[in-house]
Amino acid sequence: MNYRMILSLLGHILLIISAALLLPCIVALCYGESVLALLVTVGICTVTGTALILLRPKRNRMMHAREGFVMVSLSWIVISLVGALPFYISGAIPSYVDAVFETVSGFTTTGASILNAPEALPHCLLFWRSFTHWLGGMGVLVFMLAVVPLSGDSIYLLRAESPGPSVGKMVPKMRTSALILYAIYFVITLLQILAYRIGVWCGWGEISVFDSFCIAFGTAGTGGFSLTSAGLAAYSSYEQTVTTVFMLMCGVNFSIYFFLICRKFKLVWKNSELKAYLAIAFSAIAIITLNLMLKGGYFTNVRAAIHHVSFTVGSIMTTTGYGTVDFSLWPEFSKAILIVLMIIGGCAGSTSGGMKVSRMMILIKSARSSVRHMLHPHSVEVMTMDGKRVDRDVIDGSFAFLAVYVLVAVFSMTLLSLDNLGAETSVSAVMATLNNIGPGVSSLVGPCGSFSVFSDLSKVVMIADMLFGRLELFPMIMLLRPTTWRKHG
Amino acid sequence: MGDYAMRIVIIGAGKIGVTLADQLAREGHEITVVDRASAMLEQVATLDVMTVEGNGISIEAQVEAGVPNADLAIAVMSTDEQNLLACLIAKKLGVGNTIARVRNPEYSTGIRMVKDDLGLSMALNPELASASEIARILRTPAAIKIDTFSKGRVELHKFRIPDGSVLNGMQLMELGKLQTGVLICVVERGANDVFIPSGSFTLLAGDRISFVAKPKTAYKFFHKIGVETNPVKRVLLIGGGRISYYLARQMLDFGANVKIIEANRAVCNELSERLPDATIIHGDGTNEKLLAEEGLARMDAVATLTGIDEENVLMSLYARSVSEAKIITKINRTTFSHIIKSMDLGSVFHPRYIAADHIVRYVRAMQNSLGSNVETLYKIVGNKAEALEFRATAKSLVCGKPLMELRLRPNLLIGAINRGGKILTPAGRDTIEPGDTVIVVTSATGLNDLDDIIR
Repeated sequence: MNYRMILSLLGHILLIISAALLLPCIVALCYGESVLALLVTVGICTVTGTALILLRPKRNRMMHAREGFVMVSLSWIVISLVGALPFYISGAIPSYVDAVFETVSGFTTTGASILNAPEALPHCLLFWRSFTHWLGGMGVLVFMLAVVPLSGDSIYLLRAESPGPSVGKMVPKMRTSALILYAIYFVITLLQILAYRIGVWCGWGEISVFDSFCIAFGTAGTGGFSLTSAGLAAYSSYEQTVTTVFMLMCGVNFSIYFFLICRKFKLVWKNSELKAYLAIAFSAIAIITLNLMLKGGYFTNVRAAIHHVSFTVGSIMTTTGYGTVDFSLWPEFSKAILIVLMIIGGCAGSTSGGMKVSRMMILIKSARSSVRHMLHPHSVEVMTMDGKRVDRDVIDGSFAFLAVYVLVAVFSMTLLSLDNLGAETSVSAVMATLNNIGPGVSSLVGPCGSFSVFSDLSKVVMIADMLFGRLELFPMIMLLRPTTWRKHG
Repeated sequence: MGDYAMRIVIIGAGKIGVTLADQLAREGHEITVVDRASAMLEQVATLDVMTVEGNGISIEAQVEAGVPNADLAIAVMSTDEQNLLACLIAKKLGVGNTIARVRNPEYSTGIRMVKDDLGLSMALNPELASASEIARILRTPAAIKIDTFSKGRVELHKFRIPDGSVLNGMQLMELGKLQTGVLICVVERGANDVFIPSGSFTLLAGDRISFVAKPKTAYKFFHKIGVETNPVKRVLLIGGGRISYYLARQMLDFGANVKIIEANRAVCNELSERLPDATIIHGDGTNEKLLAEEGLARMDAVATLTGIDEENVLMSLYARSVSEAKIITKINRTTFSHIIKSMDLGSVFHPRYIAADHIVRYVRAMQNSLGSNVETLYKIVGNKAEALEFRATAKSLVCGKPLMELRLRPNLLIGAINRGGKILTPAGRDTIEPGDTVIVVTSATGLNDLDDIIR
């Protein structure tokens, strides 16, 4: 383990966080709120960050796979601990565990909140809370790679932080790739804010500038912190539709947008993950609408049903977690579909959580070919995706992912059941945090509930789940292995 | 550096492909590597390059790798025909320049004829390049390695100080008294230490020193310090591969007496047919009796060029123990370099590096036309030090000022100034004028402009 190299990179991360904290400071000044808590945190980050950077080793700057994994998980833990300080110091969230829960939920783009009434927070902290979504969505390390020049071995960092079964670079240089990703991300966010403003000018809604920024951050990062306990129900149907569209857009692999910019339409058209993603989303909308209309009593007309169901499906599948209606009151069948969507998640290479559509496709294809192999024991079959062979490593990795995913989920559910809140609540709370969604499907943790009902132990378990989910399990598992920490392991 | 980054597609992830990808990526270019086998691409997985799995000759793979928008395509697959075809297609797709590895000697004349029709910028023959480099050394046997600047007017010699030499224990400033006119710019000591020495630096026997000099001064220098520099007369080549063939041809042209030992009868026959003036011996080069019989002890130079590194190392060590000959050892592997360096194997050659260096030099020259003004670049000790030749322009900040007034970077030396063909060994009062080319030796990498030499 190259401890000094890891520590010096953590220093860079802390400096990035302290720079990011300057934005809520500006917000605080605009609204005439106290900046003390924010400035104290900025001070702490800058001083420790600079001190750590000075530790940078002169000779041995090698980063191997192990350092990459450890670096990624450690930096996510560090930014969460540090990002929670403004909430704690200002006294807005009196318990540090709660503050960390809120921040982890922000950075991991989960959007699960322990606040019963978020509107009680000052504007600067509400802004910071939503901004953590934006930072965490594309990844803080990806940002660091774009800013800090590192040697070629840092590819391990990108691999460990990017969601999806395999990482393909869009352009040869990693730094350029990271810059392109952030540029696309930035433009999508701006477009969404613009769409809200246009709506206000045309009189289709009256969302404030502050709200449009915060909601856009939450959508682009597929986070889902709402600014009021009412969620997004308070906004006009135009604004809700804009949010639906942008949520679905952010669940798509970002390289699709890169192909669009490069005018490689064929690659977009042939992308089977995109097709599967859209097919799943639309059929889920159709099935749930049908279920709700047949049951009756939920919506007055089909148009309203489709509107709200689309929003909910988009929100759940991309693991955003905004709500316009309380879907925890929906019939069991619809809720079951929502849970399935939670597990599937968005596309690889997007900002969403869950298992990812492409990983699901690999698992299903692989299972199908195993069955066929039983019928024809001598058959040889090479698995392909988009006309390209899928390496055995990737398939094995997907199965390992599934196994670890189930283990982590079961273990967390067991620990959560200590709180005695009912099976539906524990199961959906774990699903909501492990898949980085936010609200669950039970009434306690649903879109109108909050996670404040849980004990501190459960909160810590869910904090871990959110980090496991965002970093795709393995980097966090590495931290738990004693051999990782040995100098020559 | 990033301003002049070029988009380069390397087709074929074999030995040379991987070495090239590594070196060119380190220089900041945008590299894409294409190969059919994902296992081969694994080798470049830790580099900052993009990989494309597919047949490098197919249009699909080339388009996916971005050949149409690339500045350079380098084809280094296993066969010449594949490389030529890949380059032809790349050219048609609109790539700026193409380099193909073509190693079959029977093609060399033909390639020269159709090179323009194929749109080929460079046909690289790694074996010929290696042979030429070895031949240059055999003409000046005191040196381990010789690189040339300014079209051969300046040479960079690498040389190992023998035991009992006058240089042993000498400080560099005392060297001036010998009136040699050479400038020692890099000293390697032991397996890992590299110095850019100052005047108070003390040389020791066993150091490998690199110095810049005109060819004639280099001879004089060797003479003054009492090292024999007579060109070799009797050469023994062990192993009859392509490098041997090219080397034998060059040494025969030079008037030397060449003997080749080769274990394969068919190869012997072919060599004898194509090199009627050489003596071809059919036998095992690891047979001590055979070596003694063929007069190993009386040879001026012995080159071990078989395909097996271990055999080459053993034979070279043996030759060193029984003869005074200049030893040249071919090593294919690029790993375990510090072990190789710690053994007394004479000049060690890595054909892979030689081929890669040729291409890197070509890329530098291309970059030159894009804005950087590096004329030539040599890696002296792996990646630890390099010698560069820059062209000074009227805009250069360093022009017109006496060298002693320039605040040079640490670990950097100005080796020579070439003013219209006249070579100056720089002193404090000399100035750099527009139009000069300046040879700079430094342990910092990534210099791109003459003005980068000052702080």
